[in-house]
Amino acid sequence: MIPVLLILIPAVTGLLSFFIPGAKGAKVWALISAIATLVVALYGVCTHKAAVAGVDASWLPAMGARFTLSMDGMARMLCALTAVSFPLVFGATYKNEYDKPGSYYALMLLLQAGLMGVFLASDALLFYFFWELALIPAYFLCSQWGGEKRIAVTFKFFVYTFVGSLLMLLGIIYLHGKTADQSFALQAFYSVKLSLTEQIWLFWAFFIAFAIKMPVFPFHTWQPDAYEQSPTGVTMILSGVMVKMGLYAVIRWLLPVFPEAVAKFDHLVILLCVIGILYSSLIAIRQDDIKRLIAYSSIGHIGLMAAAIFANQQIGMQGVMVQMFNHGINVIGLWIVADAIEQQLGTRKFSQLGGLAQKAPGLAILLVVMAFANIALPLTNAFVGEFMMFNGLFRYNVWMAAVAGISIILAAVYTLGMVQKVFYGNTVAATEHATDSSFNVKLVLAILAVGIIILGVYPQPVIQLTNDTVQAVITKIH
Amino acid sequence: MSNLVFLVPLFPLLGFLINGLFRKSLSKPMIGVIGCGALLASFVVSAILFGNVAAANRLHPGQPIPATVLFDFINVSSFKIQFAFLADQLSCLFLLIITGIGFLIHLYSTSYMHEEPTEHYGRYFAYLNLFVFSMLLLVLGANYLVMFIGWEGVGLCSYLLIGFWFKNDNYNYAAKKAFVMNRIGDLGFLLAMFWLLAKLGTVDYNQVFAKTALLSKTDITAITLLFFVGAAGKSAQIPLYTWLPDAMAGPTPVSALIHAATMVTAGIYMIARSNVLYSLAECTQHVIAIIGLATALFAATIAIKQNDIKKVLAYSTVSQLGYMFLGLGVGAYTGAVFHVMTHAFFKALLFLGAGSVIHAMHHEQDIRNMGGLKKYLPKTHLTFLLGCLAIAGIPPFSGFFSKDEILAAAYAHSPIYWGIGVATAALTAFYMFRLYATTFLGNFRGTHDQQHHLHESPAAMTIPLMVLALLSVSGGFAGVPEVLGGDHQLHGWLSGVITSEKTHHLEHSTEYLLMGVSVALAVLASVFAISRYSKKPELQEATGLGKVLQNKWYIDELYDAVIVKPLLKLADVLKNVVEKSGIDGIVNGVGKFVHYSSRQLRLLQSGLVGSYILVIVLSIVVLFLVFWNQSIILQFVQKIF
Repeated sequence: MIPVLLILIPAVTGLLSFFIPGAKGAKVWALISAIATLVVALYGVCTHKAAVAGVDASWLPAMGARFTLSMDGMARMLCALTAVSFPLVFGATYKNEYDKPGSYYALMLLLQAGLMGVFLASDALLFYFFWELALIPAYFLCSQWGGEKRIAVTFKFFVYTFVGSLLMLLGIIYLHGKTADQSFALQAFYSVKLSLTEQIWLFWAFFIAFAIKMPVFPFHTWQPDAYEQSPTGVTMILSGVMVKMGLYAVIRWLLPVFPEAVAKFDHLVILLCVIGILYSSLIAIRQDDIKRLIAYSSIGHIGLMAAAIFANQQIGMQGVMVQMFNHGINVIGLWIVADAIEQQLGTRKFSQLGGLAQKAPGLAILLVVMAFANIALPLTNAFVGEFMMFNGLFRYNVWMAAVAGISIILAAVYTLGMVQKVFYGNTVAATEHATDSSFNVKLVLAILAVGIIILGVYPQPVIQLTNDTVQAVITKIH
Repeated sequence: MSNLVFLVPLFPLLGFLINGLFRKSLSKPMIGVIGCGALLASFVVSAILFGNVAAANRLHPGQPIPATVLFDFINVSSFKIQFAFLADQLSCLFLLIITGIGFLIHLYSTSYMHEEPTEHYGRYFAYLNLFVFSMLLLVLGANYLVMFIGWEGVGLCSYLLIGFWFKNDNYNYAAKKAFVMNRIGDLGFLLAMFWLLAKLGTVDYNQVFAKTALLSKTDITAITLLFFVGAAGKSAQIPLYTWLPDAMAGPTPVSALIHAATMVTAGIYMIARSNVLYSLAECTQHVIAIIGLATALFAATIAIKQNDIKKVLAYSTVSQLGYMFLGLGVGAYTGAVFHVMTHAFFKALLFLGAGSVIHAMHHEQDIRNMGGLKKYLPKTHLTFLLGCLAIAGIPPFSGFFSKDEILAAAYAHSPIYWGIGVATAALTAFYMFRLYATTFLGNFRGTHDQQHHLHESPAAMTIPLMVLALLSVSGGFAGVPEVLGGDHQLHGWLSGVITSEKTHHLEHSTEYLLMGVSVALAVLASVFAISRYSKKPELQEATGLGKVLQNKWYIDELYDAVIVKPLLKLADVLKNVVEKSGIDGIVNGVGKFVHYSSRQLRLLQSGLVGSYILVIVLSIVVLFLVFWNQSIILQFVQKIF
């Protein structure tokens, strides 16, 4: 029942939200819905595995597609991330005003339903359905509530991801034809027999779809634009949760289905990832816009996760699991700070900022915590994940790990550069009359900061939660 | 009783939390009491632990001290890393140095930082406590990962404290530079850990040292070299030393903390801890000895021409650290640890003394504007002089014994090492007494206003100075060598941990000769410096080679031109050319093409993304409904036909 509730609560409350007229009502409604989902998700994470039975119902019998939801460790972890993110995002942006608030929050909640579905579906067609269901509200949110260049940017975002989706759909249909009993079930896909040539073609079809979503260099250029132009609440979800769709899909739908093709191309993919890590980290150093800096920083972090996945080492894969969760909450924290600055001062340009620590000491301290989590300082949550991922990469190839490791230096350069340019030094015209952030922003950031430290000191719960998935994936491939 | 060990880092952590969270509501005296009290409590527990280890040592000599496991930090099926502490002879020695000197520095700070507003005063003590906490984790860890947590933690705290006065952009750059340079070293440390994990599946000290037989020669060389990269970053060795002199931007007690009790000693501790590995890697040892020696000499030449009182001391730290690495490189691990200890005493003393001078001079740091302070600051003067004697290696002050031990080991290894080491020692004596003479002797050269306000510092500052002076004078007696009739207690104490010390046997006559030469040179250099600079201090700008030295051999400029600028240039090219015109250009070209052709098709020509999406949504919904009810529809269709 829990998997169904996780999709149903946001879907139903989202549809109802279209009919809520006032801003206040829509906000409260969305917050209540998100908290309800969070409670269900936490219950699902905490209860014993057997209690979270999946759902399997007839859906499209003629085609062999079934409505199958299942909840292993990875799904639970990502559902938890999705469920944690939305209340935090709604809380942190509570004071922001949007046109047509009912529709805005409706689409946000539908987006949540889609994300939950993606992480829970064990049937390829159902997976595809939710994949699109998650993308479509995102398009609308960007194009309706975004910044000035939103139309062009959304078009790019749309074309890019749609091309990916189509490739994936073709792949799914082909695989469907190859299964023994003409089904879309995940297990049927796992046991399908393919020649190497078939594997290679399908590998690339799926890989490009997921690589765009993550994104992996050089398929990433839609992302900084989309992050910059979307309303920040949406950006938080896009980068905190939605990029995990791509990583998740690789682990769930790519590695175990095409093991031989993966073994053939893992070098190439990891090389792309490593190039991307350094490339985006270097570009981040020269950004003048706080949102674009976070975007490129995030591309670097995702690149490392993708590399660790393809390195195919148990320890690295475990690190990816930990990091998927932690990157989500950390990057949301950074976006919240960026939003708090932009909402108050009307600018995101470093050249127009400075000295904010004198005016907003509370925000400054919280940003410093987020910044050091972004640098993966030990005893913040990100360290454990990065430590394990680099470890996996190192076991795969020493040089790849060493070169990718340069990014930990570059991350310190751009992140501390950001802290310095925004918060330190003397005040400038824009920050002359700044005040500290409002209570809701600081509360959400404080919750995140506490979470960052707790998971940094004691990461074991996330490791244990996802242990089963890692074991299953690794045994399937080797 | 060994379970007390978690209390040692806990007190400073609590101090950090209380002062950090309630800095606005607590009063200044309260903040001071919490900050100092945390360290004092920690020191007391450390002393108890030290006593326990000593007792255990007497009862079961040679028995290793067991680690205290707190919890599993990372536990996956292929390996397990525990959050565990190890309080053995080496750790306990460092605990006493860190908490003891740390306490004195905290005490001193209550007075030195008194002018800060309460909020920042609280922030300062919170950071200071966090710094000590990190350093305690570093030395208490029972494996490399816990050490690394402290390792990066001190990097964080130095960042926060160097940039403590965050309104000043230069200070912020110095803070960032310190962190980034440390990070370069940290990457080496991380890679070494990965290497260990890949080969041995553990980073636990005891297990690693027990399994060294499983490592090939290449493995050991690579691992030790990578760890050394980490040590070079943290302990400011060539080529990663330039952050340390810039770290002077922080408040002066922070400099004392960084240079004496914490942070820079981490690299020495790590290599001494890993002595079993290093003794197996001859190649690495050569590298360490040469880099240490080069750093010692290089930094000493720079110190000769610096005019900022703190800069002179900073370069002297870099130089002294070079000595310690020389000791590690020639296998004299105990000597290096011994020098860490004595250096902690006299360098803390010198920095706090410098702080007292700066305090009295109202934030003046240029020694050219000082002079004749002897009569205004009698206590500071006397303690500073004792510190200078100790660092210059004049017997029987502490620096003499530890430096002599390293030099003797260096001689046994290669007389050339010894020669350069002694030359550096002479330079050290020279620049320290140049500093002393210019600051305290001669006539006062500051403004009339400054002269009017000159005063000896309050007791909270002078008491730490006196305690440290006492330690600087007597600390050397913990390691009196056999040749001078001692039994080197430190040697015996550490023998359980430092098991691979290289023993060398020099004739007693040779040892006396070596000692005599180095002491004679040091005395000569000191006397020369005093006679030269007490009457006629160097006030004009340096020229020629002096100018090069004053500008630190232009190394910062070199790094800037060779590394920083090209890297930024590359980043610019990536951002503006490759990303914008290259990758995104292609993408946009494809996009434009699609857009163009769709317009040509003139079928769904609205060109608005919204309408496209609407069509997609509707079709998906319809498809979904159709498929959901397909049996009904099929029946319906069958009925019709």
